[in-house]
Amino acid sequence: MSAALLSIEHLSAISEREGGASILRDVSLSVAPGEVHGLVGESGAGKSTVARAILGMLPRAVRVTSGAIILSGTELLTLEPKRRRSLLGAHVALIPQDPLSALNPSRRIEAQLTDGLRMWKGCSAAEARRRALALLDEVQMREPERVMRLYPHELSGGMRQRVLIAAAFALEPRLVIADEPTTALDVTVQKQILRLIRDMQLRHDTGALFVTHDLGVVAQICDRVTLLFGGRIMEQGPTADLLLRPQHPYTRALVAASPRYDRPEDGLAPVPEAVMARCRQEIAAFDRGLHG
Amino acid sequence: MAEILLEAANLDVGYATGWAKPATVVVKNVSLSIGRGEVVGIVGESGSGKTTLGRALLGLVRPLAGTIRFAGTDITRLDEAAMRPLRRRMQMVFQDPMASLNPRHMIARILTAPLRLHGLARTQREALALASQTLDQVGLPLAALQRYPHELSGGQRQRVGIARAVMLKPDFVLADEIVSGLDVSTQAQVLRLIGDLSRDMGLAMAFISHDLSVIRAVCDRVLVMRQGEITEEGACETVFAAPRSPYTRSLIDAIPLPVPDPHWLARLPEAVP
Ligand SMILES: Nc1ncnc2c1ncn2[C@@H]1O[C@H](COP(=O)(O)OP(=O)(O)O)[C@@H](O)[C@H]1O
Ligand SMILES: Nc1ncnc2c1ncn2[C@@H]1O[C@H](COP(=O)(O)OP(=O)(O)O)[C@@H](O)[C@H]1O
Ligand SMILES: [Mg+2]
Ligand SMILES: [Mg+2]
Repeated sequence: MSAALLSIEHLSAISEREGGASILRDVSLSVAPGEVHGLVGESGAGKSTVARAILGMLPRAVRVTSGAIILSGTELLTLEPKRRRSLLGAHVALIPQDPLSALNPSRRIEAQLTDGLRMWKGCSAAEARRRALALLDEVQMREPERVMRLYPHELSGGMRQRVLIAAAFALEPRLVIADEPTTALDVTVQKQILRLIRDMQLRHDTGALFVTHDLGVVAQICDRVTLLFGGRIMEQGPTADLLLRPQHPYTRALVAASPRYDRPEDGLAPVPEAVMARCRQEIAAFDRGLHG
Repeated sequence: MAEILLEAANLDVGYATGWAKPATVVVKNVSLSIGRGEVVGIVGESGSGKTTLGRALLGLVRPLAGTIRFAGTDITRLDEAAMRPLRRRMQMVFQDPMASLNPRHMIARILTAPLRLHGLARTQREALALASQTLDQVGLPLAALQRYPHELSGGQRQRVGIARAVMLKPDFVLADEIVSGLDVSTQAQVLRLIGDLSRDMGLAMAFISHDLSVIRAVCDRVLVMRQGEITEEGACETVFAAPRSPYTRSLIDAIPLPVPDPHWLARLPEAVP
């Protein structure tokens, strides 16, 4: 897509910890402005590795071996580190899975929301404070004045996640990367958080890469989806196509494994061994192509 | 209905807040009964008191008020010695198998030790035979015996936890959030396994989860907890088709189904009093 905000092209990565084993195998995907792109797969599929590669936060033992990550026309992997950091700092924000580990436990919410505004947007202290309050209001936090004075441990899980959404959107990023942002939350809170992310994202025309393992969440928030297994794309396309007319047997199997309270006799089908075997075969075939 | 195995009446359970201070009551006036072979779901948001209620049912915390009867015996105020013969018959599977399996012991030891302790096997050989049989029953390869917990996947560890509980031939098993954190395919396998075991062994189960769609898949009946109290109770079929409490309704409506619904996100819950 020419209008892509983010375009990942043929990204491959290996883990040096596991003797050079591939953990991403020729992954390509794109995110347009205002679009939510779901990145799904079971644990170990490589979802977080894709997210970290964009943010330049790969673990030491993981190395990108080929491919490109292009943000608004600029290739990130070959960019000089300092310029990359400032580009990411100004245009990309992360909403992580575990809000507690993402917040500094010894600093008040106010400091954590205003730091970025002062550093990246050049706001004065007073201006940063005013904008932080407006953001807390935007994420529907009650009593924002009081919340600004609290420490992270004084907030509930859902409130912390709101703070992080506020922090993520504070810098008016072009791209938000959310890595399982609602996995640890109760369903009612999850729904509020999903709605907030969608609202903010529509209002600011931000693109989002939304990592999740929950096909229910995908169905309700994503425009397009990429399904990974073993670091390889099994299927990619518009959400409705993928969920209602899956082409790959693995997609079909994951849909059938998802619990359905509305049709209890339909969900919970374990993924057949033959389907797993087919996925492993595809990966092996790809690796053979790579090595000879 | 099946013969009642476990029955709680007007339970209050709380935690001490400090010396000579009144306890904080987190489970309030809860009554429930679980029949032989019946799987009863306990659902509610985090902090609603599910784990506390479960621990009280197993006699692991003493209630402030109310009574618990297990297989006809009032166990509310039994001391540890008097509870011991009942312990084998009431087992528990935990949320985080990593925290409940000793990381320094191989699975063989983790499974055989309780068999010896409860006198279900006289020799180590007998214990190993029973353990192997149970591994097979929960769908794990025998090779798992020679593994340490960290060498298994999350789903495999959860099966070990289930094996350890069911090999003692209990009458009642409490399962507390045993599939949260598992992938959907693993979750589906574990839930199927729970269904099969309860049917084949005639197990009574209390199945605690914050996830109503999981409850719907495995339970006969469901209790909905909110702030320590039961707000709704009934057969799963009835509760899901026509919840009486707006709170239950809001929990059900908040579950995203894997079918795109352009209105789901915008739909607001009815105000819950
Ligand atoms: N710090 C690390 N060093 C080396 N390999 C890693 C590291 N973290 C994850 N991996 C490997 O990368 C693969 C993909 O992991 P990840 O991207 O975290 O998957 P997901 O987010 O889909 O669960 C896994 O096989 C995992 O073992
Ligand atoms: N050991 C404990 N000491 C004091 N308070 C506790 C303890 N365990 C749980 N609580 C409190 O009891 C309430 C119910 O907790 P819990 O039974 O764990 O709920 P759930 O399992 O539904 O999340 C919560 O407010 C929690 O903070
Ligand atoms: Mg991850
Ligand atoms: Mg609990």
